[in-house]
Amino acid sequence: MDIFDIFLLEAVLNGLLLGGLLALLSLGLNLIFGVIDVVWICYAELIMCGMYAVYYLYVVYHWPLLLAMPCAIGIVALLGVLLHQFVIRPVLTAEPINQLLVTGGVLFFLQAAATLVFGIEFKNLGVALPSIVVGEMSFSASRLVAFCVALAGVLALYFFLKRSYLGIAIRAISQDRAIMPLMGVSPARIFVITSALGGALAGLAACLLVLQYDTHPAIGLSFGPITFLICVLGGLGNMVGGFIAAFLFAQFISVGGFFFALEWGYVFSFIFFIAMMFWRPQGILGGK
Amino acid sequence: MKYGALALLAAVPLLGIGNYPLHLVIQVLLWGYIYTSWSLMGRLGMVSFGHGAFMSIGAYGVVMLWNHFGVSPWIGALAALTATAATAFVIGYPCFRFKIVGHYFALVTLALSEVARLIIVALRDQTGGSLGATPNSALTGDASMSLAALQFSNKIVWFYIVLAVWLAGLWIWRQVDRSMGRIALQAISEEEEAAASIGIHVTRAKLRITMISALMTCAGGVLYAQYQLYINPDSVGGIAISLQMVFGAIAGGMYARLGPTVGAAFTLLLAEGLRYAFGNRFPALDTTIYGVILVLFIIFMPKGILGAAEQGWRKLTAKSPARA
Amino acid sequence: MLSLEHVSAGYAGFQALFDVSLEVKAGEAVAVIGPNGAGKTTLLRVISKLIDPTAGEIRMEGGALTAVPAHEVIARGIAHVPENRRLFPRLTVEENLKMGSFVPSARKKYTENIELVYKHFPRLKERRMQLAGTLSGGEQQMCAIGRALMSGPRLLLLDEPSAGLAPVVVQSIFELVRRICTEGYTVLIVEQNIRQVLKVVKRAYLLEAGRIVLTGSANELLDSKEIQKTYLGL
Repeated sequence: MDIFDIFLLEAVLNGLLLGGLLALLSLGLNLIFGVIDVVWICYAELIMCGMYAVYYLYVVYHWPLLLAMPCAIGIVALLGVLLHQFVIRPVLTAEPINQLLVTGGVLFFLQAAATLVFGIEFKNLGVALPSIVVGEMSFSASRLVAFCVALAGVLALYFFLKRSYLGIAIRAISQDRAIMPLMGVSPARIFVITSALGGALAGLAACLLVLQYDTHPAIGLSFGPITFLICVLGGLGNMVGGFIAAFLFAQFISVGGFFFALEWGYVFSFIFFIAMMFWRPQGILGGK
Repeated sequence: MKYGALALLAAVPLLGIGNYPLHLVIQVLLWGYIYTSWSLMGRLGMVSFGHGAFMSIGAYGVVMLWNHFGVSPWIGALAALTATAATAFVIGYPCFRFKIVGHYFALVTLALSEVARLIIVALRDQTGGSLGATPNSALTGDASMSLAALQFSNKIVWFYIVLAVWLAGLWIWRQVDRSMGRIALQAISEEEEAAASIGIHVTRAKLRITMISALMTCAGGVLYAQYQLYINPDSVGGIAISLQMVFGAIAGGMYARLGPTVGAAFTLLLAEGLRYAFGNRFPALDTTIYGVILVLFIIFMPKGILGAAEQGWRKLTAKSPARA
Repeated sequence: MLSLEHVSAGYAGFQALFDVSLEVKAGEAVAVIGPNGAGKTTLLRVISKLIDPTAGEIRMEGGALTAVPAHEVIARGIAHVPENRRLFPRLTVEENLKMGSFVPSARKKYTENIELVYKHFPRLKERRMQLAGTLSGGEQQMCAIGRALMSGPRLLLLDEPSAGLAPVVVQSIFELVRRICTEGYTVLIVEQNIRQVLKVVKRAYLLEAGRIVLTGSANELLDSKEIQKTYLGL
């Protein structure tokens, strides 16, 4: 029997492509948690808002796609800032569980509001990208595009955090918040900027997802839980860990889904997560 | 006064309020019971986003065993409870042992409820997948109730069953409070190290509470399935239901014994009120408003309606010391 | 340059400083000495506005600091080297120094300033790509001081620079401080190591239980019988 199965390879490669996208998703969440120490449970719902933004600008208002997408990114960045200023800030000094719960409340609200305003029908962008065929394997172009853009986004974020003053400040504040004012940095201002950045990353993810999937109010439930688990697996707040975990997860989903039905792929990845938690509770690269 | 209120409550069906209002009261009591089960551990800092898993084990356990193997829901419930206990242990023990708390605990439990939901969907040939399932009716001909199949067509019967279970839930809460364990748990939720140092076996105590909470929720799932006669993965499990439990408890106030029930009443009345006012013109308006209220609650009233009411009451009745 | 007039301050529940008045003239090196818990760290934190005074006035070059938020103090020319160094452990030496240069006015002079810091602290240049958390105590102190210097301050606040360091290292740190003083920086240094610090500064204040109880030139204090008995064990 041929061990080398072309379709298994296809699944592995698809997993790689998926991993890139999941990595981008986890970055935003990890960034927020690493800096502000809050988990945005409603992160996937922010992405959902971004997806609707692209849909409405492109399909309903007939903006060109390349204009609609940056605009959507800006909208979600703004949502991130609003979320921080009006919802997170009041509970920053409360118990951590309240922070978790308050963003959960926003999750509820965003899903319900989306249903109210947009309706429950699935909305498709209507952009059909071709399939790219390599030998006997076929890959959807939108997946490839998503992978490349996601990777570019990751790299851009990396250089931003490594080189720019603001980026270094963002890394610094997660290591010692109390002395930041001594460097002339206002923690409140960094939080706002980080929230905007987290929102922008969500917006970018939305642009990539809307090319592949239909939008509907509950779509956040499809990839929200996975994103959290990836972050926790990599060590909450650890961006490198999240990056690695994203690819691991994606392989479980893709290859697991290859051997069994699609849902089983997810089941295996979740069970993998639970098992990992017991083996290394702080995550692969987690510190505390 | 408590018993007077109780007697009044028990007399509700006799007031002839009609089937639909009775259905609402049953819902309030049933969900109140389920939210109470969650709060048993939630109020001690063990915030679980995974109770949907226990509820779906209960609901799907009885329905599947009945539909596929003709196993009576009584036995089915026992099987589901056993499975729940095992699950709660397998997840709880490592969590508490390795001190997985706070965010991490919430997210691990979230994974659990998603695993449960996904397995149900993946086994769609047996479970009906996302389309849901209905227990086969045992009420043939004129029969209005079947004790063996735990099916009753008369809502009044259901009312008393659910009332009894609700009361049992409150009783368990009080028992947990009374046992020495309660003080220990309070200490644990606040200062694990200190509690451990005075000899409180932290892991064991946490595990006990988790098991009780899980088992109660599972029973709630069983009742829900038998009453509603329709279940699907999203109505009894998954993150949505798990969150609903959390929020119901928070809205009402999870630190007070009747808080979760108040939360259930609040949510349901809100939904009904809005439906009355707007008809079905604005679907999801009630949940939208609910979401806003939740956020406002957590920011301004983290102890929920009952908790805030209690605080307000205390302030009103506090006597200021006389000044010389 | 810096003046505190009748400043009181504290934390929730207890007061740490009572009616403290002192001044530091431009180009001076002044020390605030005193035992553990006297309020020395609180004093510096009040000056850099990490905590707000409950009474009194703080002036830097004539301008009051009362309404200035903590993150704007550095723009007024005050750089604070906190107790225990407080470097960012997972940033490299160079990134820590870069953080010190965050203020817009300092960014323009980044290359200049970092060359200067590397000149003063060649050891830091060797280790510039090393994570700050892996440096030795003395190297961390150098890095912390270097970070403060990156902002081009006029007044340097040093909080117990010798704390937790081996005696040999302590010597080199004080040598460093002496060099900084001769470079023209105004320095306010808070220390427990009385003998060493009084050899480096011109004037000093004695802070006990939140109050200034003695002040004078370094020599006066060294000669004072009180100090000798209580703090120098003579």
